[in-house]
Amino acid sequence: MSRPIEPIRLGFMPLIDAAIPIVAADKGFAALEGLDLQLMRETSWANIRDRIAIGHFEAAHLLAPMPLAANLGLTPFEAPLVTPMALGPGANAITVSRALYEAMRAAAPDLQVNDPVSVGAALKAVVQARAGKALQFAVVHPHSAQNYVLRYWLSACGITPDRDVEIGVLPPPLMPDALASGAVDGFCVGEPWNSRAAHQGAGAIVLTKVAIWRGGPEKVLGFRRAFAEAKPQVLQAALRAMKAAAQWCRQPEHHEELIDILSRANRLNISAKDIGAALTGTMPLADGRQIAIDPFGDEAALRPDIGAADWFFAQMVRWGQVTDTADNCAAATSAFRPDLLPGAIAAEAATASGFFDQA
Amino acid sequence: MGSKSLTRAFDPSLRPEPCAIGALGLNLAPMTSPDLCILVLDENTVRAAIIEAGLREAGHTRVHIVTEMHGLVRRITEIAPDVIVIDLSNPNRDQLEHLLQMSRAVRKPIAMFVDQSDRDMMEQAIEAGVSAYVVDGLRQDRVKSILDMAIARFNAFSRLQAELEDTRQALEDRKAIDRAKALLMKTRAMSEDEAHHLLRRTAMTQSRRMGDVARALVASAELLLGDEK
Repeated sequence: MSRPIEPIRLGFMPLIDAAIPIVAADKGFAALEGLDLQLMRETSWANIRDRIAIGHFEAAHLLAPMPLAANLGLTPFEAPLVTPMALGPGANAITVSRALYEAMRAAAPDLQVNDPVSVGAALKAVVQARAGKALQFAVVHPHSAQNYVLRYWLSACGITPDRDVEIGVLPPPLMPDALASGAVDGFCVGEPWNSRAAHQGAGAIVLTKVAIWRGGPEKVLGFRRAFAEAKPQVLQAALRAMKAAAQWCRQPEHHEELIDILSRANRLNISAKDIGAALTGTMPLADGRQIAIDPFGDEAALRPDIGAADWFFAQMVRWGQVTDTADNCAAATSAFRPDLLPGAIAAEAATASGFFDQA
Repeated sequence: MGSKSLTRAFDPSLRPEPCAIGALGLNLAPMTSPDLCILVLDENTVRAAIIEAGLREAGHTRVHIVTEMHGLVRRITEIAPDVIVIDLSNPNRDQLEHLLQMSRAVRKPIAMFVDQSDRDMMEQAIEAGVSAYVVDGLRQDRVKSILDMAIARFNAFSRLQAELEDTRQALEDRKAIDRAKALLMKTRAMSEDEAHHLLRRTAMTQSRRMGDVARALVASAELLLGDEK
């Protein structure tokens, strides 16, 4: 007797960290669990947000703070989400234009690349010399780890976001060109866009997100809460398939095949060379050092730590996106549900610590 | 970033009170109100033109089409639209939403056109592949007709594209079937009818389309016999 096939429609953006759901579908891990995992590629986070809300998708690849925003009523449609799994620590970094990098080096000759305190001090010196003319930075979305991490670091270094540095939104593929044309002075984005800007000679990678915040998810897997509650067994099956896919992705001997799968036209539709560089390559820092990229992390990285949700909520309050009430806090943090992950993964030392300026 | 404004496209207090005149079916829109300025963001120039034509037919004269996403901020600032219609395949939607919430970039805050009572309509819009943003406080009934029209035109455009694709496919099938028949007639000394029946029978037993069977036959013949063009 064969099990009924459960359809799950999952929206994703064509980014490296969509690898786990893509592999779950394309390598048959979902089918093994009796699931018909249908992947739908999207062109904006706004589309994913709207389509999961109106029920076109049961699940989606999301920016980590998006489920919090959905549960806080910050989205156009009321549709609570739950996040039982994070999709790895990612590879975000902060890249500045060559001109800004030279100005930073001139202002602080002892600049240590990838040291948040040193890079922050150099940037602050440049900001002060500009006497009120704000720098322009870009992130992918207001509700993104990139936005909050960038703002956290700037503030910790005595730079005021929105006054000293304006932070706008740009689609990541446009960021290297925006840097080259002078439309922006810097950005915080995932790979391969930092490396792309560095290779084009337009940008200098000055800081990795890991140097600012050691843990913390950038993308997560979200489900409609109504679906998770109505079909707990299907959810468990989906998560087992995702865990198996994650394990497959982590193994270096699968990387060649993974690159092939991801580069397909209906998946990322990016050249195998670019995907290979983002998966197994290194990120070229401004001082010539190469930083190894580890897009998947270990199994513990799959755990959507509630400490991280707490931190995202605190940032949303800090930047005026939401008011600080007990109800809001509960709505936000209840988005992350590590308890739903099958074969619970032990909590590491709380993810929300691990900030460069906290002992 | 005040994204809360996204959910507050319409302040209920700004809605006209129902009144007796409304019940008589008279148009409550003030006759002196200026024509709405509408911006259509669509990288598909053909579809953009279809939307524009629809808006002009509906009596809107201030319609701007932007198909080129470079310098979007400047264009929006210049045009200062009351309503923005955007296709959902546009990767700049995240940027647009952020931009619309920044008071410095636009004259008045603009939010996604959404209201609990209009959830159905937004669902239809998203199904059709279009979304709309309107300036805060704009009367809902005035926007509704614009979005209705956009949804209808998007759907019509999709149907047209599907029909075009079907026609193209049918033509290619015809060509492949003719070549396959010619091959069979030549190599197996069949009549045209026999060749046709063989192709149809094969397609039926293999549950494949006749065009696909013909294409496979032509492709293998090219491999075996060399290109017989």
